[in-house]
Amino acid sequence: MYFLEAKDVVKQFANHRALNHVSIRVPEGKIFGLLGPNGAGKTTLIRIINRITAPDSGVVYFNGRESRAEDIYQIGYLPEERGLYKKMKVGEQAIYLAQLKGLSYMVARERLMRWFDKFDIMPWWNKKLEELSKGMQQKVQFIITVIHEPSLLIFDEPFSGFDPINAEILKKEILELKQAGHTIIFSTHNMASVEEICDEIALINRSEVVLSGNVSEVRERYKTNNYTLHLRNSLTDMPAYCHILSEKERDGVYEIRLHKEEEFSNSALISDLAKQNEILSFVEEIPSMNDIFIKVVSDSNSQQS
Amino acid sequence: MSKIGLIIKREYLHRVSKKSFIILTLLMPLMMVALVFVPLWLSSIKGSDVRQIAIIDTTGKYAPLFEDVDNYHFIQSDKSLEEYRNSPDKELYAILQITDDLLTNPRAATLYSEKQVPNELSRIVNQTIRAQIEDDKLATFNIPNLKEIIKDSKVSFNVQTIKWGEDGKEQISSAAVASVVGIIFTMIVYMFVLMYGAMVMSSVVEEKTNRIVELMVSSVRPFDLMMGKIIGIGFVGLTQILMWGILSVALFTIGGFFYAGSLGTDMATLQQGMQAAQGMGAAVEMQPGAELFAMLSTINFREIALFFIIFFIGGYMMYASIFAAIGSSVDNADDTSQFMAPITILLVFALYAGIYSMENPDGPLAFWCSMIPFTSPIVMMVRIPFGIPLWEKLLSVVLLYGSFIGAIWLSAKIYRVGILMYGKKPSFKEMIKWLRFK
Repeated sequence: MYFLEAKDVVKQFANHRALNHVSIRVPEGKIFGLLGPNGAGKTTLIRIINRITAPDSGVVYFNGRESRAEDIYQIGYLPEERGLYKKMKVGEQAIYLAQLKGLSYMVARERLMRWFDKFDIMPWWNKKLEELSKGMQQKVQFIITVIHEPSLLIFDEPFSGFDPINAEILKKEILELKQAGHTIIFSTHNMASVEEICDEIALINRSEVVLSGNVSEVRERYKTNNYTLHLRNSLTDMPAYCHILSEKERDGVYEIRLHKEEEFSNSALISDLAKQNEILSFVEEIPSMNDIFIKVVSDSNSQQS
Repeated sequence: MSKIGLIIKREYLHRVSKKSFIILTLLMPLMMVALVFVPLWLSSIKGSDVRQIAIIDTTGKYAPLFEDVDNYHFIQSDKSLEEYRNSPDKELYAILQITDDLLTNPRAATLYSEKQVPNELSRIVNQTIRAQIEDDKLATFNIPNLKEIIKDSKVSFNVQTIKWGEDGKEQISSAAVASVVGIIFTMIVYMFVLMYGAMVMSSVVEEKTNRIVELMVSSVRPFDLMMGKIIGIGFVGLTQILMWGILSVALFTIGGFFYAGSLGTDMATLQQGMQAAQGMGAAVEMQPGAELFAMLSTINFREIALFFIIFFIGGYMMYASIFAAIGSSVDNADDTSQFMAPITILLVFALYAGIYSMENPDGPLAFWCSMIPFTSPIVMMVRIPFGIPLWEKLLSVVLLYGSFIGAIWLSAKIYRVGILMYGKKPSFKEMIKWLRFK
């Protein structure tokens, strides 16, 4: 079942079309990566999901039915451009923002106390925001995003501005939220993190979805049928459906990259090679999301231009 | 609590708990009162030392005319000026030398001093001598009782203006008093609209540059955010006006009491005079204070206060919504000036129109400017103390409130798009395009 579905969404600005018949489907309880270069239209789509702006045409379905105004209480949004009231005290501010998300004062206060404890920022409760370090402000912002326990979370570039330690804590929290059943939309340029935490992706380029699907399936789709082998000896008696891309030797170990034709299976290749050679390692080169991203985006750009 | 309520509450509490707000609110009435009473108080302090003035009068005609006043003691001296110069008398402050009859030789009187002679002293000397010269001059005409005739012919005249009340009752009115009352309220409206309108704008700009706005609009409608801000800040303005009003009245009462007490003025007579004035109309001769009170009493303060609040709210909402739209469409406070200029010109024009309307509160300028919603809150406050027909007031209020609702509707559309636009500074043309965005 899809928790959130955008169907055929079009958004036209004065002199450019930000979204051109964009459809995405976000499965419940999964982390959905919304990828794309700068200016592709990701933020516009996120704003439409958040009901900040309305689409010119197209529909957003939320939890199986058309999205309604009160659905925003079910969404937690961490915008890419973050900011809070600098002159306001941290705790007071967090309570205010939680109340705007529909929590009562008491519930907001109690939950915030718990989160502040968890993130070790309790001593900053009565400090003004501007006195906090940037990393701490980011933590506060994250807490505010999740405080109303929304069923859909939208993180726009969540890791920017975090040091590696805090980024790790954040990643852990995001995975925990997924475990707890939250559906998460995750917009980023950081492809390594996409491989690590996303289940599904959609890649938007120039206002259109150019690639979507399950992460491993997408990577499978873009595999090159290239292999890297480590052999004890130089390759002899190569099967006819293969050709060597490169070969180098180091300390008596031969590293060979080869390409095989699509229709032959990996097992066939291994058994054919194993007859003559001692195989030390056999690795199929699965393209990284980064490679796929670059390939898909540049392909679609060259097609269009 | 509704979201707009939450936003109003935050905007209000955040601002009234600021130190700068509290200090300004408390200090301003104190300063106003000080501005009135400190000079009064200072002028009532008399110099403690009595200054000695020697008069060398060779004619012997003028010296006896000088009477001692609070801080000047006049001595008739028979020493010569030379003697004083050669052996200075430390006790002496100044020397007045009169060498000839001043009627025939007006330059024969000179005042010598080692210091700059204060105006007060030269005034006393001038007045005393002038009176004598006048008498002497009159005497040269050889007309009996001329002095009495002239005295008799001097009349002071001030036309009395009587306004017929709606019930036909006669009331003493004064254009001057009405003008002063009007201009005070006008200035207050002008000041607050500009001050609090600008506050709305800078607050919108701040939220935008802080980038908190994106987070906010993901939980509240942009309209709620804008209205919450405008209303919240409006309440701050009303609070300040109310505090200033209460504090000023209290401080003026206290100050007036002390001041009156120190002068030994009998407040009771004043009040009696006032009652008399009200009872008998203009016929009785009154003390000037009582007359002022009588005139003030013809001005309907309850009505003025009511319309002041109505026009203040209308004017504030009108301009604040425009300011909010401006704030939303720029990226930082520096860029606001381009849009601020026309608004400020409009407000300043309104103020001038208000000031000129004082001269002729029923003239066409006054009338039209009190109907146009951009100027009416300011100009109307000048006219109301003069008393104008009810339909004009109601029409003006309806026009103002209708247009501020329109202004809010348009501003909300610009605001909604503007707060999420970063990068370039929009032109007016682009802002109009935003109105059509979905």
